[in-house]
Amino acid sequence: MHRDSERHKLFSRRAMMLAGGKATLLSALIGRMYYLQVIESDRYKTLADENRINLRLLAPRRGRIVDRFGVPIADNQQNYRVLLISENTRDIEYTLDILGRIISISPAERRRTVRDVKRNRSFIPVTIRENLDWEDVSRIEVNAPDLPGILIDVGQSRSYAYGADTAHVIGYVAAVSAKELTGDPLLELPGFRIGKAGVEKIHDTDLRGASGSSQVEVNAFGRVIRELSRSEGQPGAEIALTLDLGLQQMITRRLEGESASVVVLDVQTGDVLATVSTPGYDPNAFNRGLKTEEWKDLISNPMAPLINKSIAGRYSPGSTFKMAVLLAALEKGVIAPANKIFCRGYTELGDSRFHCWKKHGHGAVDAKEAITQSCDVYFYEIAKRTGIDRIATMANRLGLGVKSGIDLPGEKAGVIPTIAWKRRELDAPWHQGETLHAGIGQGYVQITPLQLAVMTAQLANGGVQITPRLTKLVGGYKTADASKSGDEKKSLGISSAHIRLVQEAMSEVVNNPVYGTAKRSRITEPGMEMAGKTGTVQVRRITKSERDVGVIKNQDLPWKERDHALFVGYAPVADPRYAVAVVVEHGGGGSSVAAPIAHDILLEAQLRNSADDGIAPSPNLKPLSGLDKIPEQADG
Amino acid sequence: MSHDALNTPDLTLRQKLWHIHWLFVLLLCAAAGIGFAMLYSAANGNMEPWASRQFTRFCVGLVVMVSIALIDIRIWMRYAYVFYAVTLALLVIVEVAGTVGMGAQRWLNLGYFNLQPSELMKIALVLALARYFHGGSIEDVGRPTYLLTPLLMIGIPAILVLRQPDLGTTLLLVMASGAIFFTAGVRMWKFALVTVGAVIAAPIAWQFLREYQKQRVLTFLNPENDPLGSGYHIIQSKIALGSGGLFGKGFMQGTQGHLRFLPEMQTDFIFTMLAEEFGMIGGVGLLGLYGLILIYGFAMSLRCRNQFGRLVGAGITTTFFLYVFINIAMVMGLIPVVGVPLPLISYGGTAMMTLMIGFGLLLSVWVHRDVMIGRRGGDEV
Repeated sequence: MHRDSERHKLFSRRAMMLAGGKATLLSALIGRMYYLQVIESDRYKTLADENRINLRLLAPRRGRIVDRFGVPIADNQQNYRVLLISENTRDIEYTLDILGRIISISPAERRRTVRDVKRNRSFIPVTIRENLDWEDVSRIEVNAPDLPGILIDVGQSRSYAYGADTAHVIGYVAAVSAKELTGDPLLELPGFRIGKAGVEKIHDTDLRGASGSSQVEVNAFGRVIRELSRSEGQPGAEIALTLDLGLQQMITRRLEGESASVVVLDVQTGDVLATVSTPGYDPNAFNRGLKTEEWKDLISNPMAPLINKSIAGRYSPGSTFKMAVLLAALEKGVIAPANKIFCRGYTELGDSRFHCWKKHGHGAVDAKEAITQSCDVYFYEIAKRTGIDRIATMANRLGLGVKSGIDLPGEKAGVIPTIAWKRRELDAPWHQGETLHAGIGQGYVQITPLQLAVMTAQLANGGVQITPRLTKLVGGYKTADASKSGDEKKSLGISSAHIRLVQEAMSEVVNNPVYGTAKRSRITEPGMEMAGKTGTVQVRRITKSERDVGVIKNQDLPWKERDHALFVGYAPVADPRYAVAVVVEHGGGGSSVAAPIAHDILLEAQLRNSADDGIAPSPNLKPLSGLDKIPEQADG
Repeated sequence: MSHDALNTPDLTLRQKLWHIHWLFVLLLCAAAGIGFAMLYSAANGNMEPWASRQFTRFCVGLVVMVSIALIDIRIWMRYAYVFYAVTLALLVIVEVAGTVGMGAQRWLNLGYFNLQPSELMKIALVLALARYFHGGSIEDVGRPTYLLTPLLMIGIPAILVLRQPDLGTTLLLVMASGAIFFTAGVRMWKFALVTVGAVIAAPIAWQFLREYQKQRVLTFLNPENDPLGSGYHIIQSKIALGSGGLFGKGFMQGTQGHLRFLPEMQTDFIFTMLAEEFGMIGGVGLLGLYGLILIYGFAMSLRCRNQFGRLVGAGITTTFFLYVFINIAMVMGLIPVVGVPLPLISYGGTAMMTLMIGFGLLLSVWVHRDVMIGRRGGDEV
């Protein structure tokens, strides 16, 4: 007993120590709790919220694109999709079988659906089919009780009602590619589309709008438990173009079957009333996603439907270049308007002979006659006297060989050669013969139809500089460019007498019933008469032997070897308002092919009154370029 | 002293029932009650699947506990070695023919239920060691050779359990045994020696750890290193605790738990859920309740007039403490992740039974506190 009481004492002592140790450890736990739950609590609260709160972006509605009269060209359509949530179905295959009896589901769609279901968590909706028509939607809705896990979802998809007619101007939207990601999470939304070409591309940020967001609580597997808050985004701004859709469509019909380009400008404002490049393509196909064979067809087509020839097609201007050459010569004083040059059908420079298009010559011609009859020998001579560099300066001043600054992506500058240019690009000295070729718009000279239209418009408006513009209003407001162009008219600095001479000559081209090269295309309606200049550009070399036996007629040549047909013009002659440039690739003669087209277009534009606004200008003109500055209510 | 004092009277059943420490039982019920509430919350406000089953188990456990408490402490002492031997045999059988689950071989399928012998060993080892040291005088305990047998009694099951592999249970067995050695009066310097030895042996032992065990230790040292892999549990647990703050998010309002960021919230991480919903106040409150249980456990042991009972009491109390400490320290990122449940609260039948058997023995010690037992198990001195 004595021994046990000793043991009991020892036990008591040791047990107290043990208990003390345990108390210490429990205190350490409380200390740790204090550290985590009091000192570091805020940090962990933030982390817990980051865990559970997910920000979901809500895609804004893309702004519409309308023509100058408000007709929608690019709009948003409701796109019905049928989705499947696998956790709500009893059996996926069985559900798809039943759905397959109601709407058609291709084996590929079915395979993709089953694959997507396996890849995603069971509460994530998987798309079975997109772009359902109304009939399919109603059939699914009626059968909804038999289709657990199947639901209809409405999305927005871009649609271009006029398809190929406006394809090159409007461009298209398509899925964002990996290298277009900027870190903006909006771009990473599934199904999000951005502008890839044309107006859709250049005004993409305006059209896109600002994304909204929805704060949702999610669990560890990403399932949405509830929505905590929601802020609606701001829909994209509506873009009003200067385009007249009716004129655009008329021109497209007129050019059907040709590889051609037309640009129509308002000579006062620079408004692009129409810009057509044929053949076109269906922009809706790009939005939907092109099939491989569709893509192959588009890129292998010799008429290059994907290229907007109006701004990216480069052509020798031929005789349409002669106004620039004449103005250069007159301004430099190397020839007076009344001075005559004798044309005997050709001129000689060293050993080479340079032919006029008229085999037996025009006889003695002055400046106006030279334009009217398009005498090549006259222009060989004045080009030689002026020199290539001074011709280039004038051409550039008229807008040729330089980018016009139109608000479209992908504009090309073209080429107006100079001595320095040839040295730089080809590392070769300039030959005088090349100046002669340039004098009739051949050789190295390469310009776009838009530049031809700009030149023509500036000749028509009496030598006032214009910048072609396609955007009239962004979100109801004039753009910074548009609002100033009316007030600050800048002269090109060309003598008005010389401009008037060129105008008269261009009028003669059409209206002189004897000598005018485009006399058959004159507009007979009083007050609507047009002026213009034809151009026919060889795309092959005519050898001496062929010239001796007689030049082969265009229609006997393969398409690729036929001449390009060009025409530039404006109307009405008395008070010019519309300028047009027509280029028909391998179309034949400028007078026989291009001039009649220009006739139809200029007449139609005047009859339609294309340049009229029909919309009162906005009362408070604010120069705006970014969407962030646009007030809530755009009035006007 | 008189023979009467030496010869403890046998108590009637009614007296024994009267002797049961009902306040202690009430404390256990309170802890279990908190457990039911947390399991109810973990199931998003449902009794199913956890709370109701846990309740049934606890009720069965209470009956088992009281039954054990009523059985004479001498019977427990008499059969201590037999119980130990049988449990050790079961451990060997598990080693040979156990069911593999969650990467470890721990269970014996007995058809009706799965038996986990390592859990039984927690009780059996305490009983066996208590009986061994009961038989030794202070002088005996002072002899190093005397300690060889109990060290083997710990070593063999510890190695078997470690091979399953179950590091948590091994630690629990070794540390609870250590408490019995300590309270039995083993000299302090021997503990110091073992501690130094352990420090030296740690790098060697590292070589024998399983890959996942090494991973757990490494993850413990730097959980942020692998936030989506093995560190995920601890990071999410700390976020849950920390975001609970002082007062918590409210019952059933814990986002980490209810949105399933917290893994295993009904079992090993239930303390995290409690501290998220009730804050530090709730956590400290639960620790206070556990502290009371521990204090009464010690008090019952101290009051006992036989060494066997005292040592059993110390062993059981320490085992309970280790459950509490290891679990809470683990969920708070103080020690590596070891699968030890929170006693009386975590969902699970096996640990519940072990604990209730242990508490039954503790109550038996209390009920039979005045029973004197001779060194060789008889009534002699």
